[in-house]
Order: sequence, then C-alpha cells, then structure tokens
Amino acid sequence: MTATEKYRNNFLQEVIANVEEGEWVRMCMQCGVCSGSCPLGPHWEHPPQEIFMMIRANKRQEVLSSSSMWYCTSCYNCIARCPRGLPITHIMHGLAHYGRKLGVAPKELPTIKFSMLFWENLVQKGRVNELKLGLRLYFMNGFMNGIKTALKMQKIGLGMFLTKRMTPMEMLGGHGCKDAKGLQAILKKAQQIEDAKTVKQG
Amino acid sequence: MPRQYSFYPGCSSQKGASSSNYQRSVETMCSVLDIQLNDIPDWNCCSASIGYSGGGELPRIALSARNLALSEQAHPDQDVVATCAACWLATREANERLQHDAQIMTETNQALAEAGLSVKANKKIRHMVEVLVEDIGYAEISSKVKKPLEGIKIAGYVGCQTNRPFGIAGESFENPVYLDNLIAALGADPVKNYEKKVSCCGGALAFSEPEKSQALIKDILQAAVDNGANMLVTPCPVCQMNTEVYQDQINQTYGTNFKIPVVYYSTLMDIAFGKSAKEAALDGQIIKAKQLEDLASK
Repeated sequence: MTATEKYRNNFLQEVIANVEEGEWVRMCMQCGVCSGSCPLGPHWEHPPQEIFMMIRANKRQEVLSSSSMWYCTSCYNCIARCPRGLPITHIMHGLAHYGRKLGVAPKELPTIKFSMLFWENLVQKGRVNELKLGLRLYFMNGFMNGIKTALKMQKIGLGMFLTKRMTPMEMLGGHGCKDAKGLQAILKKAQQIEDAKTVKQG
Repeated sequence: MPRQYSFYPGCSSQKGASSSNYQRSVETMCSVLDIQLNDIPDWNCCSASIGYSGGGELPRIALSARNLALSEQAHPDQDVVATCAACWLATREANERLQHDAQIMTETNQALAEAGLSVKANKKIRHMVEVLVEDIGYAEISSKVKKPLEGIKIAGYVGCQTNRPFGIAGESFENPVYLDNLIAALGADPVKNYEKKVSCCGGALAFSEPEKSQALIKDILQAAVDNGANMLVTPCPVCQMNTEVYQDQINQTYGTNFKIPVVYYSTLMDIAFGKSAKEAALDGQIIKAKQLEDLASK
C-alpha cells in the first residue's frame, strides 16, 4: 500500500508523517497572526492559517497543488510571532517540497523553477555558481523570454561586473568543493534514508 | 593572540561573487579588531532558504552537517562564524535539529559516513555581528575609530534572517537596536525608529517574483529616505543586493528617484577605522557611497 492510499481519508495524518515539522499543524489555533504578518500575504491563494485548517479538513489536493506556500520568502515573521510557537516557515517549505515531490505542485510557478535550479546548481559542484544560476533563471521560460529578461537586466549585470561582484570566468568551471563527489554521495544517501522513511511510515 | 573562529564564508563571498565586497571588507575589519577567521576546509553550500524544493529535510541538514563535521575536525575548539545571514541561519537550524533529534543525528551520520565524516554538533554557530557585539563590544569598536562618521545619517536595515527566528541575544524581534548602537559607536547618526528596519526585501523571491519583491524594497527605501537617511547599512548579503541593485527598476516602475547607497556594517567600520576606500571595498558599491569615499580620502 502506498502512502497516498493509506492516508487517502486522513490528510492530517499524512502531513504529520511525511511533511517536515508536520506534527505541529495540530497546534494551530486559527488566530491568523501568521497570515497578517506575511510580507507577500496578499498574494497567497490560501494564507498559512487557512492552509492549516484545510489540512485538518482533508483538502489534500487543494493544499498540495496550491501556489500559496511558494510565496514564502523565508522571512520568519510568522515563526517569531506565532503565539503557539509553530515553525510555520518550515511547515510551508515542507508542504511545498512534499507537493513537488509527489508531482502535484503547480509546475509553471517561477519560484518552483528557481528553487529547483538553485538545488541542482549547488549539487553539481557543492557550491552555487551565481552566473550559471542567473542565466538559467533568465532562460527558464524559453529562449525569447530569456533574451527579453537578459536585456532588462543588462544594466544590473553590468553594475555587478564592474564592481567585480560577477565574473564571466564562472562559466568556465568556476568555484566548487574539492570533494564534490563525496558531497554528492552524502546527499544521495540522505535522500535514500528520507525516501525510505516516507514509504515506511506511509 | 587574536580571537580565532572557524569561518564559514558561503558561496556569495567567493571571488567574483555577489558579496565578495562584503568578504573583503570583513577581512579588513578583522585585521583591525585582531580577529582571525580560519576557513572551514572545503566547505559547501548550505542551500540557503530557497533550496527546499529539491532538498528535503535530511539532505538539507546533511549539507550543513558536512560543514560542521569539517569544522569539528579542523578547528575543534572554535565557534563557527558566518557572515551571511542565510549561511548562519541554515547552519544553526541544522545544528539545533541534530542536537534535539536523536533520529536525525543518527541518519545524518549515516549519510556523512559515505564521505568518511561524522558530526557531533557540539559547537556554537554565530553570526559575525554576534562576535562584534558580544566578544568585542561597542566600547572596543569605538576605541578603534580614527575617522568618526560625523554628520552621516544611516538607516540600520537589519532585515529578516539576522533577526528571526534566532536573532542576537537580548534583542527584540520587532525593534533590534544593535545596528543602531554600532552606527552610533562609529560616530554616525542612526535613524531611530526606522519603520522598515526588520521588513522583508523578498529574499530569493526577488529573482523569481521581481515585481512583488520590488514593491517591498520600495517601501524599505522610502522609509529610509523619509527619515532623512544618507545611506542604509545591513548585515545581510541578500538584503544588501536587493536594496541596492533594483533601485533603477523601482524608479522606472514607481516614478521614484532613489539613489541611496547600501553598505555593509563592515565597510562602514573600515572607513571609521581609517582604512582606504579599497580596503573597505567601497569599489564594490554599484551606487557609490560618496560621503564614505570622501572621508576615506581625507
């Protein structure tokens, strides 16, 4: 039996088992301070308080496919202010990650794309290559859009280049860990352990 | 003997990267304050706050755990210090989960064993401003000032991740005053009650959601200008970049006229300590900090 089958009628239990810091969802008392404290709150389809209630109301599809969590800027305002001490930022990241992993998160959101690019970029050499990340970001919506974005960003890029805060040398290899292979082995193992846990508890 | 720390520089501090100017100014600052930063050998990226789509809890903790393991090996008796807010936050979060969750600790060490490493997570993880405030102190910093920054009004923009969820001991989340105290210790005039002191600049979403983030940045800049600030000072590379580089685009969108420099606390300190513009990394300013340049050349 897969995780999805076992928890079909109990999304809260699934969240507790499989989402980072998910056990805290039970503690929400619906005061709404998190939603009122969120810098991008007005752009959330469902602010955190609503997401918590929707989890308890078994709205699995609506929650995991929502664009909401992807507007988290990781400012930690909600964590600092929550009267019950819920690690809301982490729960939002956890829900977003879980939805993406299950393939139900909205694929076309810029922040999902950027977040994936960031992770892939860092895994490659163990350190982020800002130039390659920036260029892939520009071109993530196709070639023509990429050219348009690159032109729009030309002046900023030039400023960064002239102040030596960006270098074309990063295209040729660039910075990285000496033991990138070791790091990749660590990450692979960590992923295996995490996947096994998800299935086991599911 | 200099004070020694196990240093986690972070990706954006590297040569030719977006906050390489921060790194250069920190090196100068440390030489004046007799601080020795020992790089963690072969450190890796912490995945910041935005890596969560690809990286789940354990892989992300494993990233920071590798850095901690390498630090424990190379500098067993030294606190870990980071200059980047996201580096500090990710490392400290990982450290706390390792300390508080035995299962996470076991699983992380299983993963680290793939590269012949193991972690104890028994160190303090500190931001550079904690070193300045707690280990050095305002009085000592003040005593090094050769060129007081007189007549310069500065908005201390603390931002998010140096402030929440951990922050600096003894400070409040809503109105931390350490940056104001530091500004005052250098002889400058801090903007008291800067309304946007701890507001979010959009962080990494400045890349993926530029319009929404720039709306936040506009308010941060406007509040500084309204309070008569000549510049902003910040302890965070993302805050610095976001509030500096998008000013032209914001001006175009909103018909504003921003051209306000945003400097790191370390650059500010270097100038007050009598160091040259180059040593203070003023050449890293896209929006030039003319008042600081003038002072440096005096």
